Amino acid sequence: MRESICQAGLILSLMASLNGSLLGEVLEEKEPSFWDEWDVSGFFETEFRGFADPPKHPGQQGDAAFSFALEPEFYREWAEGNWAFEMTPFGRYDVIDSDRTHLDLREFYFHRVADQWELRLGVSKVFWGVTESQHLVDVVNQTDLVENLDFEDKLGQPMVNFTWITDSSGVVDLFYLPYFRERTFPGRKGRLRWDPYVDTGDPVYESNLEEWHPDIALRWSHTLGDVDLGVGFFRGTSRDPLFMPRIVPGRDPVLLPVYNLMSQVGVDAQWTRDAWLLKFEGIYRDGRGQHFGAVVSGFEYTIYGIFGGDSDLGLLSEYHYDSRTDEALTPFNRDIFAGLRLALNDVQDTALLAGGVYDHDTSASSLRFEFERRLGSDYFLSVEGQWFANVVERDLTTFFSDDSFIQLSLRRYF
Amino acid sequence: MKTGKKMTMKKTLLLAVALLQAGWVSAAAPFASTDTPEQKGLKIAEAADQRDEGWGDWSADAEMVLKNRHGQASKRLMRMEALEQQDEGDKRLIVFREPRDVKGTAFLVFTKKVGNDDQWLYLPALKRVKRISSSNKSGPFVGSEFAYEDLSSQEVEKYTYRYLKEEAVDGMPSYVIERIPVDKKSGYTKQISWIDKEEYRTLRTDYYDRKGELLKTFVAKGYKTYGKNYWRADSFTMSNVQTGKETELVWSEYVFTKGLKDRDFDKNRLKRIR
Repeated sequence: MRESICQAGLILSLMASLNGSLLGEVLEEKEPSFWDEWDVSGFFETEFRGFADPPKHPGQQGDAAFSFALEPEFYREWAEGNWAFEMTPFGRYDVIDSDRTHLDLREFYFHRVADQWELRLGVSKVFWGVTESQHLVDVVNQTDLVENLDFEDKLGQPMVNFTWITDSSGVVDLFYLPYFRERTFPGRKGRLRWDPYVDTGDPVYESNLEEWHPDIALRWSHTLGDVDLGVGFFRGTSRDPLFMPRIVPGRDPVLLPVYNLMSQVGVDAQWTRDAWLLKFEGIYRDGRGQHFGAVVSGFEYTIYGIFGGDSDLGLLSEYHYDSRTDEALTPFNRDIFAGLRLALNDVQDTALLAGGVYDHDTSASSLRFEFERRLGSDYFLSVEGQWFANVVERDLTTFFSDDSFIQLSLRRYF
Repeated sequence: MKTGKKMTMKKTLLLAVALLQAGWVSAAAPFASTDTPEQKGLKIAEAADQRDEGWGDWSADAEMVLKNRHGQASKRLMRMEALEQQDEGDKRLIVFREPRDVKGTAFLVFTKKVGNDDQWLYLPALKRVKRISSSNKSGPFVGSEFAYEDLSSQEVEKYTYRYLKEEAVDGMPSYVIERIPVDKKSGYTKQISWIDKEEYRTLRTDYYDRKGELLKTFVAKGYKTYGKNYWRADSFTMSNVQTGKETELVWSEYVFTKGLKDRDFDKNRLKRIR
């Protein structure tokens, strides 16, 4: 850990000037440097994954794996923030799975802010939606699946994003997405994969423009009293691939991702009242071989100051429905999610999240927990585990039957 | 900030306007000697509130130092911006700079005079804006000794008042008033505040917990004027007398009436404030 931090020494030395500006100190002896105007921050991470069972699929290696990640962020603004630039590269090195070793440009954009509009040009990330256990309406960015199974890590998306802010009719976002990002998948040696594994080297596109098919997206969002509402539309290459087996004699059978064109309409709404959050997301998707609707809806209720102390306990539950039933290439078709979130509200921001998903069609279930806590002022520890319980043949999670794991990650922020 | 719905408020407003026109506000007591203690308490609170009207907007940097009873310290750096509203509570933005793992995490709060505030949280790692519940009044703000309700916009309507006595704090003659939170979810049964007679600044407040026991003592130090005579303290100290923990909040870089607008307090701004 310490050696690797030294390697990030360049970034740390840039931090000296950042620290000065944050604390409002003027270091008069110091020569003005190019980096004085830059806000540089980020983290270095060491991660360990340990699996409960030996690998099940041919080619998989190891019961445990280390990996290392770095995500520095460079930000600068002009004219009191009316112009801004951000660059955030990300890289991970995985000791075993070369497909999990990857580089990405998470953010690389210019941003212009005016009274009634904003314009973002470059690579960036947007989030749409309100629910916790699945993000149905969130279709702009591709999932960086090798990072985490929770579908919350995303790849940077090239975009032109124009935002129009009205006085009383909400916000309209227009997106022009000139380039498509392929989903990342674990490679042959990696764990938490299907069998056969997904070969990302040779994807199949419906559009003959392949990854250069220009996609468009549109979103209107507004707050009406206790309700936050969003309506989104997307037309372009689906971020969710279908799969096609490729069997070549003398080589491993693989799955090729198939990216079809699709149109999707999505609605998301959250009603917030006292300690209750009621949430809904629904989509209808139309594309080659796929015409379906899906819904995720549920609640979050928080008991503040539980046991007479400072801790808060959140109770969460969401129901998933997908009209594709079992053929769906989604683990969520007739599933119930339930979870608990405990926040100690202490100085170290200790928090614990535990939850489970149960498919009442296949009775497959999986349990997950996350624990996190700051160590000192700059280190952050998270421990995550997932247990694939009661795995059944006709459920997608059957491939993960021997992949129950625990993951420790320690981040050093700078 | 006043709607002037109540007769008493209208009267006080008229009185304040008259006094302002006379160029002479501070020396007069804001109440009549025949008023009940409740009327006196309310009038002191209203006078303090009116003194602090018209600032438009302000922004400041805040450094919070959280100390446990063994003296171990932990630091938070944040920036706050506020926008005054005519008929509602203020709009506020808070963005964290340290600890570094929460850098960029930001809150947008539309405070309400009555009922729950509207509150959104921005999570920079997910780029997600989430509407969150604001019914958590008594919980600790980022692990500190300040509860959410201590740092929320202090609207007159949020309490009922009672005048207790006059007493000097560090040699400054002050009114001592009791305030009882209207909201049943408040963590306090009562607060006792020392408000100086000259400028209506809160110098000290004692907070009593749900059992009626003294829980915390708040002390504000280093008051200075900004803009058109708006008083702000350099530091707040909140000491928990039951646990021995203490949080010091040091303010700097105060800027008043910069011309911030509603547009600077929307969900889009939440995503880009640093």
